[in-house]
Amino acid sequence: MAIVQLNGITRVYRSESVAVEALRGIDMEINEGAFLSIMGASGSGKSTLMNILGCLDKPTSGSFYLNGEDVSTFSRNRLAAVRNKTLGFVFQSFHLLPRTTALENVELPLLYSEEDLSWKDIHNRAKKALEIVGLGDRTDHNPNELSGGQQQRVAIARALVSEPKILLADEPTGNLDSRTSLEIMDIFQELNRQGLTILMVTHEPDIARFTERIVTLRDGLIRSDVNGTPASAKRALENWRDEEKIEFDMEDVK
Amino acid sequence: MKISAVPYVAIKALRRNRMRTLLTALGIVIGVAAVITMVGLGQGASSEVQEQVNRLGQNVILVFPGSRQLGGVSIGGGSANTLTTEDARALRDEIPEVIAASPEVRSQRVIVYGNQNWFTRIYGQSADYLQIRQWGVEDGEMFTEEDVERASLVAVVGQTIVEELFEGSDPIGETIRVRGLPLRIIGVLERKGMSLMGSVQDDIVIIPYTTAFQRVSGRSHAMVINIQVYDEQSMSIAQEKIRDLLRERHRLAPYQEDDFTVQTQEDVAQAATETSRIMTWLLASIAGVSLFVGGIGIMNVMLVSVTERTREIGLRLAVGAKSPDVLLQFLIESVVLCLLGGIGGILLGVISTEVIANYAGWPALFSTEAMIVAVGVSAAVGVFFGFYPAWKASRLDPIVALRQE
Repeated sequence: MAIVQLNGITRVYRSESVAVEALRGIDMEINEGAFLSIMGASGSGKSTLMNILGCLDKPTSGSFYLNGEDVSTFSRNRLAAVRNKTLGFVFQSFHLLPRTTALENVELPLLYSEEDLSWKDIHNRAKKALEIVGLGDRTDHNPNELSGGQQQRVAIARALVSEPKILLADEPTGNLDSRTSLEIMDIFQELNRQGLTILMVTHEPDIARFTERIVTLRDGLIRSDVNGTPASAKRALENWRDEEKIEFDMEDVK
Repeated sequence: MKISAVPYVAIKALRRNRMRTLLTALGIVIGVAAVITMVGLGQGASSEVQEQVNRLGQNVILVFPGSRQLGGVSIGGGSANTLTTEDARALRDEIPEVIAASPEVRSQRVIVYGNQNWFTRIYGQSADYLQIRQWGVEDGEMFTEEDVERASLVAVVGQTIVEELFEGSDPIGETIRVRGLPLRIIGVLERKGMSLMGSVQDDIVIIPYTTAFQRVSGRSHAMVINIQVYDEQSMSIAQEKIRDLLRERHRLAPYQEDDFTVQTQEDVAQAATETSRIMTWLLASIAGVSLFVGGIGIMNVMLVSVTERTREIGLRLAVGAKSPDVLLQFLIESVVLCLLGGIGGILLGVISTEVIANYAGWPALFSTEAMIVAVGVSAAVGVFFGFYPAWKASRLDPIVALRQE
C-alpha cells in the first residue's frame, strides 16, 4: 500500500518579477516500509521535494496523499499536527537544542503531541528511543559533550520518539566522517527492517547505495527511479579499515 | 500542546541563558523596587505627617488674630493686634466646651547660662498649654496658674536647651538670663521632635504669658490662642461659640468681617496630608517610568532572543509545534522574566525602603497593595512587551528558520 502518493506536484517560487519552477510535475508513489533516497545536483529540486514531503511546504499545484489524506489542502496548524504525529525529521546539522540534555532533546516532539501523555510517559518514551539508537547511557549529556555521530543518533531518537510512520532525513551524513556515516546508515537499515519508511535526501552515491530505491531529480523532474538491492551497512562496517591505517601500512611496505 | 509543558519549556529556555535572564530581569527588579520604595516612603512620610498633626494635640482649635482672607488675599496670621489675654480667659471661662485656652506670644531671644549662650524661641503660654499640646514634663514640673497670676520668673525648657546650654546636666533650679531677666528653670519637657514645618520643637523655653507680655516680648496682644475642646463631637459647636463670643467681645457689627481666624487641627492636617499624597503620587509615577523602561528592556531582549533562536524555533515548528504554541512559549518566557523581576523587586524594594526610612527617621511602611500592583504591573509589562517578539517568532517559516545559520 502506498503511504505517499504524489500527483503532478509543482512548486513555483514567485518573487516580484521572476517565477522559478523548482518542481515541474512530480508523480511518485512510495510504499510503506520503503527505504528511498532522493538524489540530484543542487538546484535539482530535491530540497523542495523534501520540504513538501515533510509537510513544511505546500505544493503550488498537484495533490499529496500522505497516509490516505490529501495534506496539500491542510492549514498551517494541521500540517504541524501531521508533522508531529506521522513524520520524524533528521537534519544534516542535527538541530539539537544547546545546553539541553539528550533526554530533554528527545522529549521535545512529545511536548507538542496532541495525545494526552503524562510526564512519566514522556520520560519513558524518550529513554526508550535513546536506547534504540544505543545511547541509553548518555541521557544526561548535553550535545556539546557528545561526538557528531552521537549527536545525530540523539536526533534520530528524537525523530523516533513520536513513533512516526515516515522518517525524513535531509543529508543525515553530510556533517559526519565516513565511518560514522556508516554507523548512521546501519541504524537506518535496522529501523527500516523493523518496518519504518525512510526517505533520505543525499548527494553522496556512497550513502545512497544503502537504500533500496534511488530517485534522481534534475531540473524539477524525476530523471530516474531505480530499485535495487541495497548494500549492507553492517557488513561495510565489519570490513571497515581506517584509511590512515592503510596508508601507514603501505609506507611500512616501502 | 501539553499545558504543563508551556511553563516548563519557557523556564528551560530562560535557564539556558542564565546571565541574560538575570540582566533582563534586573530592569524589572529596579522598576518594581523603585515603585515599592517610593510608595513605601511616601506612605511613611504621610503617616509621619499624620503623627505630627496628632502631636499638635487633641481636639485643638487655633485662633489667629486678623482675618486670614482679606478680599481674597491671605495675610499672615498674627499680623493684627486683636486678641487679648482677656479674650483667652473669657473663651475658657464662658464656653463650656472649651477646657483650656492659652494665649501665645513668641519671641526670639538669646538666653545666657554662666558663660554659655543660646539663641532660642521663648513662648509665653498659660499653665494648661502642655495639656493642650499633649506634651509631658520629663523632669520637674510645669508652672501653675498662680505663677501666671503673679508673672513669676520661672521657665520650662525643651531638650535642645538642656543639651546646648547645660550640656546634658540637670538644669532644674538653675537660673538662665534673658536680657538680664533671671528665669528659674522648674521643668524639662519631653522630647517632641520635628514640627510639620521642619523646625525643632524641642528648641523652646516656655514661660508664663504674663511674664512674657510684661518682661520679654514687649507686646500686648496674643499671636495665637491655643484652645482645647472637651471632645471631638464638640469641635464644630465650639468653633461657632468661639466665633460668636469673640465677635461680641470685639464689638463687631454684623456687616463687619471677623478680625480673627478660627482654624482646627483638622484643617492643618488636611493640607499636610494632601501635600504628602501628591508627593507619593509624584514619586510613584517617576518609579512607574523606570518600570516602563524595564519593560522596553524585556522587549528588546526578547526580540534579540527570537532572532538568535530562529533555528530553535524552526526545529520546534518542524517537530510539530503550532504557531500558538510558539507564541505562548515566548509570551510565558517574558512573563516569567517579569515575574522573577517582580519578586526580586519586592525584596530589593523592602530592603531599600527599610534603609532609607531608617536614615530619614520615618516609619517604613509596606503596602501589600503596592506589592500586588507592582507584580501585577510587571506581569502585564511582560505580556505587553513580550507579545510582539512572540508573535514574530510564531510567524516564522520553519524552512527558512531551519536553514538559518
